[in-house]
Amino acid sequence: MNGAPPKGLQQHSAVIYPAVMLLIFFVAPFGIMLAVSFYHRVESAFYEPAFELANYARFLTAFFGKALGFSIWIAALASAISVAVAFPFTYFMTRLGRPAQVRWLVLILAVLSLSEVIIGFAWSSLLSRTAGVSNILVWLGLMAQPEAWTPAFSALLIGLVYLGFPYTVLVLYPALSRLDPELAQASRMLGASPFKTFFLVIVPVLRNAIMSAFIMVFVFDLGAYILPQVLGKPEHWTLSVHITDQAVFQSNIPFAAALAIFLMLVSLALVSLTMLLGQQRRTP
Amino acid sequence: MTHRPTNTIHKGSLTRRSLLAGAAGLAGATAIGFPSIKTRAAQTLKVGTYGGYFKDSFDEHIYPDFTKETGIEIQSVAEPTGEAWLIQLEQAAKAGQAPADVSMMAQVTRLKGQSAKLWAPLDEAKLGNTKNLEPHFVQRYDDGGIAAIGAVSWYITLVTNTDVYPTSPDSWKALWDPANKGKIGLLALATNSFLLEITAKAWFGGTEMLDTEDGQLKALEKLAEVKPNVALWYRDEGQFQQALETGEVPMGQYYHDVTGLAAAEGKPVRSVFPKEGGVLDSGSWCVSKASKAIEEAHAFIDYMCRPEIQATLSRKVGTAPTVKRSLLDLTDEEFAAVASDIPPIIPRYDIYAERSDWLNQKWTEMIAG
Repeated sequence: MNGAPPKGLQQHSAVIYPAVMLLIFFVAPFGIMLAVSFYHRVESAFYEPAFELANYARFLTAFFGKALGFSIWIAALASAISVAVAFPFTYFMTRLGRPAQVRWLVLILAVLSLSEVIIGFAWSSLLSRTAGVSNILVWLGLMAQPEAWTPAFSALLIGLVYLGFPYTVLVLYPALSRLDPELAQASRMLGASPFKTFFLVIVPVLRNAIMSAFIMVFVFDLGAYILPQVLGKPEHWTLSVHITDQAVFQSNIPFAAALAIFLMLVSLALVSLTMLLGQQRRTP
Repeated sequence: MTHRPTNTIHKGSLTRRSLLAGAAGLAGATAIGFPSIKTRAAQTLKVGTYGGYFKDSFDEHIYPDFTKETGIEIQSVAEPTGEAWLIQLEQAAKAGQAPADVSMMAQVTRLKGQSAKLWAPLDEAKLGNTKNLEPHFVQRYDDGGIAAIGAVSWYITLVTNTDVYPTSPDSWKALWDPANKGKIGLLALATNSFLLEITAKAWFGGTEMLDTEDGQLKALEKLAEVKPNVALWYRDEGQFQQALETGEVPMGQYYHDVTGLAAAEGKPVRSVFPKEGGVLDSGSWCVSKASKAIEEAHAFIDYMCRPEIQATLSRKVGTAPTVKRSLLDLTDEEFAAVASDIPPIIPRYDIYAERSDWLNQKWTEMIAG
């Protein structure tokens, strides 16, 4: 890449393949979804082509507003926790020797291979009354009798953090492993405590990496639709769950499409806002 | 899923008695003959059932005997779940094509096809065996013509974990009992749980109250009272079955046949028909109006309405018979494994076909609000 705009057919041809793929597998399906979101729902049948805003209007109710608010809130909370846990974890991992780092990365990649379904059912067993960890606490004498910790808000939060954690580590890892160790050394030599060094030197230097990790896990968690069903109560069903219900169980594809577009617009807006704030802080 | 395409049910052994009954039926049919079919014996009939367990069972236990008797070859088609099949049939019919001549359809989809006049009207004179059926399995257009015929049915009943509940409650009202706080698992969707019907029957004397919006709201309001008792609102059958077997969620609504199978395997579960009745859900045979094998379709549907075929389905596939009990040779034990003499609660599919969006919205607000 030399930064100059491509000239002639030969240079352009390099981008034709990705452009076509993008068109076929992203732009076209998205266009269809956008079109369908304006279609007319026929309740006793399916849908028919039309241009109406009814599907978007239906979204503007307290019920879906609440579901959207909750989805954003739990996705943000889960990604904040993911980053808060994964950042120190990755930092200490990058300070280890090469073989140890590889072992950790393999472990992280192994966790990454687990699907949302497996993670959901595993945690629902771990947090259950009959087979869960509370039985160990009872055995240790810390609890009187085993309790069911799922479905609950905390169970869902744990599931989402578990789901997002490996992604966070993998996004933070390159930046942290490139971090110049002399920065920390200089800070320590100038008299800063390790605690101060971590928060006032290392974290600010890596602000961009932290921000990207947060945004990626946020968007990822926002799309989770199995975990809220398995680990959450009905009031914890996110907008993604309601989209699934509309599309799969109620065959209301126009409304499901409208909900999906709305969710996407909201997450795009939030992501842009976050990036804008990050940039403004850097300029002065 | 509203029509449970993939559950695993028992495959009982072929008894001497059913073999004899089958042979008798075969002899009788040969004697009477099928004149209209014999002339077109080389015809094939495309029959759609849900891919997976249903299709495999029909391929194995039903179609070969039908072909042997009538000479009509069956081309077995796997239907996708949900309403996708209805849409495919509808689109194909517009082009004069029929991906399947006869399809097994869930009731709400059957009604939607009916309102679009997608199903070929059936000739009652060629369906003599339909007199064997419980009347609600003969489904008609407004003008009285037959639109569809009940194919298979199954029950949703009150199930309990036997370790946690030494004796089973005998009424759906147990779901509302404050003593069962946090112990109940219910299906998460209005259209597959039929809890509005259960509420109407248990507390308001019958499902007629659901005729009006006021009645529907009243039933929803009563149903909202179960929320503190519900530990799990499930969409996935496996999730609840596991929770029921371990005792994590020791009571709830579930499928009678699958629960019976689990009990037979030694799991501490039982299924009981409440005194208000189990919920009887079903699939129906519908013939696409684009089909060119209407005669064969009639022969097939009529064949499926024979008592001995319904008995075979109960024994081999685990479905509840669509035929009246008195006509069946099922033993009490075989009958109890799939059905009950207590009058069933028949779901009000009509209200889901007509105003599903409104009802689903109210329902979701009720459980998630």
